[in-house]
Amino acid sequence: MIVADRKPLTEILTMIEAQEKILIVGCKGCVTVCNTGGLKEVEILASSLGIARKKENRPLTIDTTIIERQCDNEYVEQLRDKVNDYDAVLSMACGVGPQFLSEAYPGQKFYPAVNTTFYGGAVAHGIWEERCAGCGTCIIHDFEGLCPIARCAKSLLHGPCGGSSQTKCEINPDTQCIWDHIVARKMELGKLEDLMKVRELRDWRSARDGGPRQSIREELTQ
Amino acid sequence: MRLNYPSEVKVLQVPCTGRVDILHLLKAIEDGADGVYVAGCLEGECHFLTGNIKTKKKVIYVKKILEEIGMNPDRVEMYNLSSAQGGRFAEIAHEMTEKIHKLGPTPIKK
Repeated sequence: MIVADRKPLTEILTMIEAQEKILIVGCKGCVTVCNTGGLKEVEILASSLGIARKKENRPLTIDTTIIERQCDNEYVEQLRDKVNDYDAVLSMACGVGPQFLSEAYPGQKFYPAVNTTFYGGAVAHGIWEERCAGCGTCIIHDFEGLCPIARCAKSLLHGPCGGSSQTKCEINPDTQCIWDHIVARKMELGKLEDLMKVRELRDWRSARDGGPRQSIREELTQ
Repeated sequence: MRLNYPSEVKVLQVPCTGRVDILHLLKAIEDGADGVYVAGCLEGECHFLTGNIKTKKKVIYVKKILEEIGMNPDRVEMYNLSSAQGGRFAEIAHEMTEKIHKLGPTPIKK
């Protein structure tokens, strides 16, 4: 899923400083699963902003709603009746949400209430970790399901760098060196020689380096 | 026992402290409560195992929110006591009321 974190309340309050009536829109997709922009979080944000503005004696009228996905125009369309009744709209979806909303309703101002961080999963209750970099050329099968692109700080493909120390990465003592993990896993499976393979230079054009990407499925287009 | 506790404390019963939600605490503050406290079972003695521990974390989260928006986080508190500690219940009610009196009325205008 796409993982996001709510922006600091002070930043959100600054964004809506001049507004008196806002709508907060949640998303039932990834941000609901990572407990950042689902129904509960929308209500918590509304209450928090409400308290902050009441404290300043500048009450803010806040309405809340949630749609199935903010990254699908058919659901974004459901907001048409109400979206222009507000001074501004706060989107609690990933970065895709405010963009789809802005494209659909060009006359309205949309603010992102969350910072989109990475593609990952929940490793424990309340803890999410990055697992995918969306590089466009998946090779995790070569590394026993451990992605060196997303999980190595340098995205190395031929083994660890000199910064690997006692299973940890030099960038942070809490960060696992994924290459230590990959080598340990290969040794466990008796496949260490797999890592002798010399890889051709990687074509990063399938990743972000090639600019904004598009995926077209002809059988689905109308 | 017939113990007295301050009349400004309004008691809301829930089946377990774990039922208390972040929104319950925030809404109380938003609606003008001067302070809110959760009186949960003693740690390690939750009938549902971890209800009180979970809510302790929710209380900490609400404190962080209040801090972020410039309100005193002491307006929200968590206490632990057993249902057999009537004396402690009254004591906590006095303690919290006294603390809130010191902080003064909520800055939230209704």
